[in-house]
Amino acid sequence: MRSAAEIASDVKSGASSAVSEVTQALAVIRARNEDLNVFLYVDEEGALATARRVDERVAAGDDLGSLVGVPVALKDNLCQVGVPTTAGSRILQGWLPPYNATVIDRVLAAGAVPMGKTNMDEFAMGSSTETSAYGPTRNPLDPSRVPGGSSGGSAAAVAADMTPIALGSDTGGSIRQPAALCGLVGVKPTYGLVSRYGLIAFASSLDQIGPFAKNVTDAAMLLEAIAGHDPMDSTSLPEPSPSLVAHVGDGVAGKRFGLVRELVEGADDDVVASVTRAADALRDAGARIVDLSVPEFRLGLSAYYLLAPAEASSNLARYDGVRYGLRIDGEDVAAMNEATRTAGFGAEVKRRIMLGTYALSAGYYDAYYGQALKVRTQMIDAFRRAYHEADLLLGATTPSVAFKFGAKTSNPMAMYLSDVFTIPTNLAGEAAISVPFGTGEGGLPVGVQLLGPGRSEAQLFAASRVLEVADGRS
Amino acid sequence: MSSPLRREDVAKVAKLARLALSETELDQFTEQLGQVLEHANDIAALKLDDVVATAHPFGLINVVREDVLRESLSRDVVLAMAPDAQDGRFAVPRIMGEAP
Repeated sequence: MRSAAEIASDVKSGASSAVSEVTQALAVIRARNEDLNVFLYVDEEGALATARRVDERVAAGDDLGSLVGVPVALKDNLCQVGVPTTAGSRILQGWLPPYNATVIDRVLAAGAVPMGKTNMDEFAMGSSTETSAYGPTRNPLDPSRVPGGSSGGSAAAVAADMTPIALGSDTGGSIRQPAALCGLVGVKPTYGLVSRYGLIAFASSLDQIGPFAKNVTDAAMLLEAIAGHDPMDSTSLPEPSPSLVAHVGDGVAGKRFGLVRELVEGADDDVVASVTRAADALRDAGARIVDLSVPEFRLGLSAYYLLAPAEASSNLARYDGVRYGLRIDGEDVAAMNEATRTAGFGAEVKRRIMLGTYALSAGYYDAYYGQALKVRTQMIDAFRRAYHEADLLLGATTPSVAFKFGAKTSNPMAMYLSDVFTIPTNLAGEAAISVPFGTGEGGLPVGVQLLGPGRSEAQLFAASRVLEVADGRS
Repeated sequence: MSSPLRREDVAKVAKLARLALSETELDQFTEQLGQVLEHANDIAALKLDDVVATAHPFGLINVVREDVLRESLSRDVVLAMAPDAQDGRFAVPRIMGEAP
């Protein structure tokens, strides 16, 4: 498939049209969606109508944005007016949002065409899409394996050539991990860089929307289109969208990269080998590699699995059968709430709600939630110290390549460990990218992770581009 | 360090969270949540008395907007999403007569 940049350029020049691009994307979706279960809803009519409007504006000579005529897949926790949005949960089956998420207005303003909603772990709680109420998504590179999660559908849409770009959300690794498992570039932006207005909340202090793409430039284009202050999100950073695409070719000469021991510890040999070769490639491009140890990263998993469920237990209290979504009747309101939530939520969501409720309950608050908040402070301080030694950090995205279906479903702790390298960035509110670099077991892609301080996206894209070229994908 | 999770703790938490669990689910969740909390004991055991808690990565300041009228969703649009609505309001089963 052509890149988003090529498609936009062809549509602008008249060599192609938005309708033609959307028609081609729909054909691929039709051919592969039944096997892979990528899209929960394909908005065929809406996409064609949007494409026609884009073509009219191009014909009228309007200066549209950077993504003119580019099909984009949307994770099913992003609200789009009148388009079924479920967050992968039975409790929202059939719900039609009454407003657009800010990111959807922004991709539309850039000329992109939303194609529909992609499968995900229920309420983004999972690392494999196996917790979706609508069945798992299959990894297009090996359908016997998971695509990762929670944004597994968005990753699979791009990996299967259904769309060149997609949006996901990352609370503990939910963009970077599926990007790694599907051989894509995936970005977790700085907290607040992208508006969360219209993103169905999981853990509000950790959630961030970000892009998937097959190459670094396309990812930078999509992030540039969606970033920037939004008055509708009180946690939105004050400044406008940064210049990112212009910095993709900046290189890494003179930059210091911290190769973090804790970000490869316990990873499979093929993954460690890719990270080592990535360090060599950065050194060859003029960077300096510094070996670092950040022991606080080892505490991230525990802190995350208290903080995220605590926030989720509060955020998901709104699904009570009163204002929208599923209702199962009961003799009084409490019985109705309980019947609705019991039928509407799957096992993983129930586990996390209970874990969060427990961590916040009297007698355990200080020992669990309170301690986890303090560990978060330590994590932020640890990153700050690391950035005295290095400009950016380097490690693995995931401990292994894509795993088989059912490999981790019976043991939640084993599944949670797939996020061990990605969680620290969310806790600190910083930025990180997963870039495909080399292959591992069975020829499956390995993701290398680059981490940077808040607002370091331009540097992260430049470093990612160096790796992309070194990996032979120019 | 906290004591291990008991079956009755899980039952109590499920009730607070408005979730009904079967006997099998209670057993299963007690074991699974116990494993997560056991892992979390590494941080429960840390001495962090002097560390300030971070609820939010960038120390949020409360954001207020100007008090001016603007478009919002209409009541009809909002009520149309509700499982049940009557006379311009959300309708629910009876709420009187519950335990306090």
